[in-house]
Amino acid sequence: MAKEIKNSPEQSAEVKQKEKEAKKDAMVLFLSNSEEREHFLSKDNRKLLSDPLNDENPITVQVLGICSALAITVQLEPAIVMAIAVVAVMAFSNMIISALRNLIPNRIRIIVQLIVVASLVALVDQILKAYAYDVSKQLSVFIGLIITNCIIMGRLEAFALGHGVYKSFLDGIGNAAGYGLILIIVAFIRELLGAGKLFGYEVLGHKAATLAESTGLYAFGYENNGLMLLSPMALIVVGILIWVQRSRNRKLIED
Amino acid sequence: MDYINLFVRSIFIENMIFAYFLGMCSYLAVSKTVKTGVGLGAAVIFVLSITVPINFLLDRYLLQPGALAWISEDYATIDLSFLSFIMFIAVIAAMVQLVEMIVEKFAPALYGALGIFLPLIAVNCAILGGALFMQQKDFSGISEAFTYGLGSGIGWFLAILGIAAIREKIAYSNVPAPLKGLGITFIITGLMALGFMSFMGIKI
Repeated sequence: MAKEIKNSPEQSAEVKQKEKEAKKDAMVLFLSNSEEREHFLSKDNRKLLSDPLNDENPITVQVLGICSALAITVQLEPAIVMAIAVVAVMAFSNMIISALRNLIPNRIRIIVQLIVVASLVALVDQILKAYAYDVSKQLSVFIGLIITNCIIMGRLEAFALGHGVYKSFLDGIGNAAGYGLILIIVAFIRELLGAGKLFGYEVLGHKAATLAESTGLYAFGYENNGLMLLSPMALIVVGILIWVQRSRNRKLIED
Repeated sequence: MDYINLFVRSIFIENMIFAYFLGMCSYLAVSKTVKTGVGLGAAVIFVLSITVPINFLLDRYLLQPGALAWISEDYATIDLSFLSFIMFIAVIAAMVQLVEMIVEKFAPALYGALGIFLPLIAVNCAILGGALFMQQKDFSGISEAFTYGLGSGIGWFLAILGIAAIREKIAYSNVPAPLKGLGITFIITGLMALGFMSFMGIKI
């Protein structure tokens, strides 16, 4: 599953050991030793944000978190709301787990992680129900499925358990943004080709009953591709995106 | 008759993978060979048909608005549905752990086959998805919930069996280099999903 995750559990256990030794320092809860003198947006920290957008993209490279991603990409608006929800949940769950990392017994860590993530998701769900009811109806169960989104568990296991709070926060934002980016690209393609709309606005012109009354592209006889709205096309669009990305970035090719 | 209809619907029409993309992570990661695919698929059937009915009871007698009325009339106005995510995932994680221990004790042969897959399942979206769809569908009784859980599990099993068999064969074909591995798997899954769409509208 986590083919290219950099920090294997053994490594993070080592890091954890080192950090335990440095625990006397009062600041250790928030910063690991090397972080103390680092600038807030140093090169390493910027890398945490930018890597997941391309070379380490959670969807197209690490193959994590596809589960709840594709069903909500028919339109752009729910996709963006979903991306924001995932960014929020991921950044904060990474922070919380990273702050608790020395207190969580190893054997029950999965349940602890699940409970932390589930509470954050319940919070997001309630906020959406209060302020964006229509979108929350559209997303239905898929907000709940953020809990079992594999990127979140994957990053908690691989990163948050072995790094300081600020770095984990950045890592969470970076990975969730990489996930959101793919989501938004797929939704853009599907809504544009499938319904001729973006955010519900008819950007390609208005399609009327007869050719003469239509405007924009439809006046020339353009037709929407209804297939794009069906679920199989989400998979095929992602497949093609992976193809494009790997032919531009050849070191990602599998043998 | 309703049960057969529900069963067939949940296997073919509302297939977990092809219609809702649930459990895609493990579907892509574990489908390299048929043997491991079958192991994980069987574990998913097993866990779904246990957790969906349990979560149904939990939803009916604890979480729905007014569900606590069976304790006393005073509690009839309480709505605990905001707790459902936490309760469902806790039940799933606990059940997976319990099932693992029971299977290890009483059926060592089965444990040998399913063992390594069971922990993976706690974070499989298909399991939580089954519980959340069950909550939306408003089943009338626990046997309907069980039928739905079993059907969804079998649907997931069929999907992973199909893709694993195709991936074993496709290893010998000449796929364009950037499309190898993940890319072609996505496209094949898309085509399989198109095939499964032809079941839509079947009524028994």
